[in-house]
Amino acid sequence: MTAPRDKFGRPIVVVTGMGIVTSLGAGKAENWAKLTAGESGIRTITRFPIDALKTTMAGTVDFVSVDPFTSTGLTERLATMATGEALEQSGIGSKADFPGPLFLAVAPVEVEWPQRMELGRAIGKTDITYDDMLRVSSGGRFTPYHERFMFGSVAAHLVETFGTKGSPISLSTACASGATAIQLGVEAIRRGETEAALCVGTEGSVNPEALVRFSLLSALSTQNDPPQGASKPFSKHRDGFVMAEGAGALVLESYEAAVARGAPILGVVAGCGELTDTFHRTRSSPDGKPIIGCIQKTLADAGMTPDDIDHINAHGTSTPENDKMEYLGVSAVFGERAKQIPVSSNKSMVGHTISAAGAVEAIISLLTLEHQRIPPTINYDIPDPAIPFDVVGNSARDQRVTAVMSNSFGFGGQNASLILTREPA
Amino acid sequence: MTEITTAKPGSTEVWITGIGLATSLGEGIDANWDALTAGRINVDEKNFAPYVVHPWVQVSLDAQIPKKGDQRQMEAWQRIGTYAAGLALDSAGVKGNKEILSRMDMVVAAGGGERDLAVDTAILSAQAKGNSAPGFLNERLMGDLRPTLFLAQLSNLLAGNIAIVHGVCGTSRTFMGEEVAGVDATRIALARIAAGQSDIALIGGSHNGERKDLLVLYEFGDFNLRDRFAPVWAREQHPGFALGSAGAFLVIESKAHATARGAKPFARLSHVVSDMSPRKRTGDVTATLEQLWSQLGPREGGGAIITGATGAEPVTSEERAFLQKHADFAVRSTGTRFGHTMETQFALGLGLAALSISRGALFPAGDSSGVEIEMAGPPSQIVVVGAGHWRGEGMALVEAVG
Repeated sequence: MTAPRDKFGRPIVVVTGMGIVTSLGAGKAENWAKLTAGESGIRTITRFPIDALKTTMAGTVDFVSVDPFTSTGLTERLATMATGEALEQSGIGSKADFPGPLFLAVAPVEVEWPQRMELGRAIGKTDITYDDMLRVSSGGRFTPYHERFMFGSVAAHLVETFGTKGSPISLSTACASGATAIQLGVEAIRRGETEAALCVGTEGSVNPEALVRFSLLSALSTQNDPPQGASKPFSKHRDGFVMAEGAGALVLESYEAAVARGAPILGVVAGCGELTDTFHRTRSSPDGKPIIGCIQKTLADAGMTPDDIDHINAHGTSTPENDKMEYLGVSAVFGERAKQIPVSSNKSMVGHTISAAGAVEAIISLLTLEHQRIPPTINYDIPDPAIPFDVVGNSARDQRVTAVMSNSFGFGGQNASLILTREPA
Repeated sequence: MTEITTAKPGSTEVWITGIGLATSLGEGIDANWDALTAGRINVDEKNFAPYVVHPWVQVSLDAQIPKKGDQRQMEAWQRIGTYAAGLALDSAGVKGNKEILSRMDMVVAAGGGERDLAVDTAILSAQAKGNSAPGFLNERLMGDLRPTLFLAQLSNLLAGNIAIVHGVCGTSRTFMGEEVAGVDATRIALARIAAGQSDIALIGGSHNGERKDLLVLYEFGDFNLRDRFAPVWAREQHPGFALGSAGAFLVIESKAHATARGAKPFARLSHVVSDMSPRKRTGDVTATLEQLWSQLGPREGGGAIITGATGAEPVTSEERAFLQKHADFAVRSTGTRFGHTMETQFALGLGLAALSISRGALFPAGDSSGVEIEMAGPPSQIVVVGAGHWRGEGMALVEAVG
């Protein structure tokens, strides 16, 4: 029998339900089959015209539609799908009655171009000012757009659908958001505030302006042909990340509560850590210290050493800078073992699901623990000699995995890591 | 009805040891206090007519954001917040203290999305002139958007800028979701310190109300106050909020941590609670507020309430119904005095509550509506209330350290 508390005397936090949607498909089964087969979900964009764009591919979720289409609406739909799957597996609570809070990683919300253009058409003149837009905005003609474009709207609607308790938290820590949502859930359970938490990361924002913004920062791959080859983490010729959509939902519970109700225990969130980089708005400190500190804090939180980690689910965005800095940070902590621990980046196949990535990759890490099989990093044909990781290149690897570190690093100096294990320590 | 989420105070007492305010009434706690005491309100009825806004009082940014390069990398809302965060760190006596800043936790409540109005209107005008070629939008966006604007639009880049400019780099989390994001940022920071998961945190937010893109968003729901300023409690026939501009940040820390470094408290932060009322029926918000009120722990009668009531309906009437049940409390509206600063309003209320307690007096009543009554003695307990214009309710209890 294992102890109901961890080595620091805190409640052990386990995962009892998971749901996932990516450009590869909906659900754990379809995603796992395609991930381990090395399939790519990246494709040429068909949702909107791609003329004049430098990057014309993305990991869009095209098999889900919302009407009228908004990125925020798609974001909500993907979160709803993933949450539905997670709750079904977990069997927790009852319909529309989840016994705990919601922590939602979601992109900042804005009025979007189709709706802005609708305003423009309603104005009825050719030299348009914001005062004209204000004039047509009032009087109830566009009332639903207020609710749709509130930052809290996705969370509010999830609360209505799933009956989570209390005030839902919508958060953004950029590309680390999904990991932060999980961390907030872990902390709440450890504090004894709740026995369960619903942690969701969701992203539906492949739209022209979002793509252009990242493009103008030179963050995106421009290797459009073939689109499936664009995301190549740790490869010599990587040139940027590929935007993608998706969602991941996890039901976290205290081990005690999960055991008491006979819930499936899919894994343990053994440790979480975060550390802010103050060097630059979009770049990592060249000495790697914030990443190193983040990884060390996570190991300390789990009460583990680098020797206890036997797989790293990398942030691995496929940008020249991220992958280099991730190696620098990991190798500083893991020493020579950095070259021996199998490392893989799910983003090679699903792309970078930005706000959802931390949650999506935590789920893939837990599936890795379940199946004892590491999904590959595809497009790993010409390794970057400056990054001597043991990359699980191109085909899945069967391997004994007991503890996975999942890293997430984002704009604004956001670094967060998680350690996931199969069994309570 | 949803249950309450509450930051339960453990044995760890949490103090407010730093307050940073940069608002439409001025910079710093003294300027804001003096303006409140004098009953001064800074309102602009002309530049955004017919809409009413509370403009930010310009400051010498160099005092808190010394590098011009940093100032250029931000838009107004981030400059306001980064400035106010610096004031809070100064107020707490931790500015430049690398040992403390390197482990200080930060929870910011933020919106985002400052638009380039010229780009937006140029694209809409071109569309109106018949330009509908495929890729037209892409071409204009690729050509016209400033690369750095994106970073001013990302919600978490307020925290990012505070980290870069002031070196706050323990942890950084940004909560979104309008008014209640400010409540939850405080709730989580308090809960972590109370449970020993954190020793010291910087919390708060900032808002620039002088933005036509924001006015458009709220005009979809007819939430903007038009034509003439009126106190929040005198808007029933003419409801709406006047967007405000403010940065409000607090440093909160465990009593033990503050005592060890010789820091003096403004006040104690005892409880923070929040919920999301379904708002399906009349009375839902009133009931939620009443329930939150009951979660705040033991209180003496006849205290004070500082509320972020918006002036928008129906929520302001719902809140008035709640306040009428507690008519012995002296109510003060931050909305009347500062406008509605959305994610920032709760931190602003907390700052004013802590300030009022430390100065031994509540600032004077602000209108003749009868909602705001005078308070004779020094306040020892102030409840800060926030009910969002659309969703989300929260409260905090701020008390004298004793």
